[in-house]
Amino acid sequence: MASTEQQSVESIEEKLDNSKISEEENLEQYLTFLMAEEEYGVDILSVQEIRGWESVTPVPNSPKHVKGVINLRGTIVPIIDLRAKFNLDAIDYGPLTVVIVLKVALGTVERVMGIVVDAVSDVYGLSLEDMQTAPDLGDHINTNYIQGLAGVDEKMIVVLDIDALLANDMRSQAANVSVH
Amino acid sequence: MSIDLSQFHQIFYEESFEGLDSMESCLLEIDCDDADLESINTIFRAAHSIKGSSGTFGFADVADFTHVLETLLDQVRDGSRKLQPDHVDLLLQSVDCLRAMLGQLQAGETVTTGHSTELIAAFNAILDGKEPVSGAASITEGTSDTGASGSDGGSGDSSADEDVSEGESTWQIHFIPDVNVLRTGNEPVRMFRELQELGTLSVTAILENVPGFGAIHPEECHLGWDLILDTTASRAVIEEVFEWVVDESVLAIDELAGMFAPLDETPDGTQSQSPTVADVVIEEQSGEVVAETSSATVQPMITTEAVKEESSPGGKAKTKAVEATSIRVGTDKIDSLVNLVGELVITQSMLGQLGEEFDMSHVAKLQEGLAQLEHNTRELQESVMRIRMLPISFSFSRFPRMVRDLSKQLEKKIDLVLIGEQTELDKTVMEKIGDPLVHLVRNSLDHGLEKPAERIAAGKSDTGTVTLNAFHQGGNIIIEITDDGAGLNKDKIRKKAVENGLVGEKEALSDDQINDLIFKPGFSTADSVTDVSGRGVGMDVVRRNIQELNGTIEVRSEEGKGSVFTIRLPLTLAILDGQLIQLGEQKYIIPLVSIVESLQPELDDINHVAGGCDVFRLRDDYIPIIKLWEIFSVEPVTTDLTKSLLVVLESGSEKVALVVDDLLGQQQVVIKSMESNYKKVEGVSGATILGDGTVSLILDISDMVRMAGVFHKDSKVVQMKDRHKAA
Repeated sequence: MASTEQQSVESIEEKLDNSKISEEENLEQYLTFLMAEEEYGVDILSVQEIRGWESVTPVPNSPKHVKGVINLRGTIVPIIDLRAKFNLDAIDYGPLTVVIVLKVALGTVERVMGIVVDAVSDVYGLSLEDMQTAPDLGDHINTNYIQGLAGVDEKMIVVLDIDALLANDMRSQAANVSVH
Repeated sequence: MSIDLSQFHQIFYEESFEGLDSMESCLLEIDCDDADLESINTIFRAAHSIKGSSGTFGFADVADFTHVLETLLDQVRDGSRKLQPDHVDLLLQSVDCLRAMLGQLQAGETVTTGHSTELIAAFNAILDGKEPVSGAASITEGTSDTGASGSDGGSGDSSADEDVSEGESTWQIHFIPDVNVLRTGNEPVRMFRELQELGTLSVTAILENVPGFGAIHPEECHLGWDLILDTTASRAVIEEVFEWVVDESVLAIDELAGMFAPLDETPDGTQSQSPTVADVVIEEQSGEVVAETSSATVQPMITTEAVKEESSPGGKAKTKAVEATSIRVGTDKIDSLVNLVGELVITQSMLGQLGEEFDMSHVAKLQEGLAQLEHNTRELQESVMRIRMLPISFSFSRFPRMVRDLSKQLEKKIDLVLIGEQTELDKTVMEKIGDPLVHLVRNSLDHGLEKPAERIAAGKSDTGTVTLNAFHQGGNIIIEITDDGAGLNKDKIRKKAVENGLVGEKEALSDDQINDLIFKPGFSTADSVTDVSGRGVGMDVVRRNIQELNGTIEVRSEEGKGSVFTIRLPLTLAILDGQLIQLGEQKYIIPLVSIVESLQPELDDINHVAGGCDVFRLRDDYIPIIKLWEIFSVEPVTTDLTKSLLVVLESGSEKVALVVDDLLGQQQVVIKSMESNYKKVEGVSGATILGDGTVSLILDISDMVRMAGVFHKDSKVVQMKDRHKAA
């Protein structure tokens, strides 16, 4: 009797293992958006919501790409202009301009930030194998925040590592503590 | 059916800690020559009820220990024994020890009994009529490191003592419960959890007796278990887990030889021995580290993993987290809340009725209703905030004991005076102000007050006085720590500051500026590092902690007469009265408490000082003008000062005038953190959400003043020049 029970446990474990494998085979979903005719992707699990552009409260003495803060249902959320962050030419915000609200992990803490992009494009399933690592662009260009490049229907999508991209904007500068 | 006692554990801990607190305060007040029967009774009752309830909950270590305490107290109470100062000391140490034991229990750790066993022995010696002459010394030493005895485990049960082994041992437990074990309300899983708390547990189920599926009854248990437990606990402790089921079950508990049982089977016996020794050594070392940290309270907790895992500070931190979850609220506060909510409901139904058949003739009624709603909301808000308020005695209560201990250690005679203990303060502020206060009081005792001989030589009474005074002033709570000691030695501070390069050798400094130097990082003038203070981590940390609470700290001192440290804190962190101001297109909030007055300046009153700094003559004072558009790089409506408004602000003891475009309304704002999703922004203490849903930033006045650089002599000129160039 005991042996049958052990067997059933084993079979369940086997199924679990199988499901893990099939999960790996599953494609990961990425939300893509447009910016200066290029398509960028972010892991859809880190996207909290997508909002239209609304006016923000500027933060004094912040870097140029930090547009300001908004009130997102009672919490203060910083908004970052990705065009400015990538040193692209600024454009006027139009009706298609959207803010993608992302959950960003900084160490063990999770923070909420918004990025301003030209328009939201699509959701694709990409497998990690399809993704190529970003080419080395020399010393001058930092590719840390590019998770990889993926091709979909003749297009190239730059998949961004959101945590690496935005972590610097959330860290308080230690230099603030000035010693006279 | 047994009742799940664990649901009462939290209450037990709270009551016991309260009991210990009252024991401690009574012990501190007691006068041995003329012992007040009432206080002795209070101490006795507290000990008795801790003994009773810990017995009920099965915490035998605590119960046994308190039993000895109680025996002594009983003799004192019926007059058959006279209370000696030694006894009071011993009792105070026992209070500490009990607190540590209960803390460990609360954190779900194994109780360490090394200290309590020592104390029990000392008590027994007294009870047997032998005064513990030699014992007392060793025990006094023991007090500083309660919990250092992390390496010896087991229970204080004298019968179990022989089973106590150094370090961990491995137990093999073979457990087949009766088929009806679940019906009797004994859940094996719970026992295993209990075992898990004792150490590392691995469980293997024995399935041999499980019948066919059709024959299984859901309330019957056919399983058995083989358990391997690595623990420091003794056999008695393990047996206790199975106490309720042992009669009906097959139970065998065997000790496997030592911690490295598998290794012992190999012929190389030496190898298996040496790691065990090393392990014990490491544990002892971590115990020492603990002792050190606890004596240096304000220093950040050492985060060595060994310390965290093995010994009590980790447990203490956990305990704190658990404590923070509950708060005791007076019934009067609750009653007033219930009343207010009732009123709110009435107002709401009135407005609802009005809305159903509304026409313009009802406008006056609507306005009245809304006014009432506003009134209700505000009162409700105030009452809710009041729930978080606790009298500052919670923070002050630790000082009598501390002063008593330190006065012995430092060989000084000290009187502690507490004033305004009933002043209420927000719970979060209270929690964060504790450590800075301890540090300041320690400093006053160690550096401030002189030794009796020096005091007499200086013509003062040999007993020094430290006064803690708390009171409300405006929207702030003020805590003053006053000592009548030597005061700050200005020459010494100056010399030290010059050595450290904090000030130039020939720089002219006012007395206040010199005193302020002690708050600079890395500044300590103590000639030698003592146990109490002088480690150089100190006043800067105190100031930073206080600034984090939006508070300020200042020191006034007169050499030979003493010093006064004044801490100014906001009553609450969540809400503030703000003045909305306009600058260009932006709206900012200035905390109303820092505004002195607002006015339109005349051209004659504005002077340009060389270097580009503008000053404004306010009656007889010249105060520097801070242009917000310069420090925040915002486009203002006008840069013509005569067309803008000046808001005179108070930052610390200095005044500044802030130029703004317009003053808007005053309102209460809820403070939202910028740091939760972004980072600290210079000059901004937080943000709030205005009525229209937009975000407005709250100005941090002292930070802004620092940014403008008006009070920093060397940096001022350069910074202002730069800004002018930029503008």
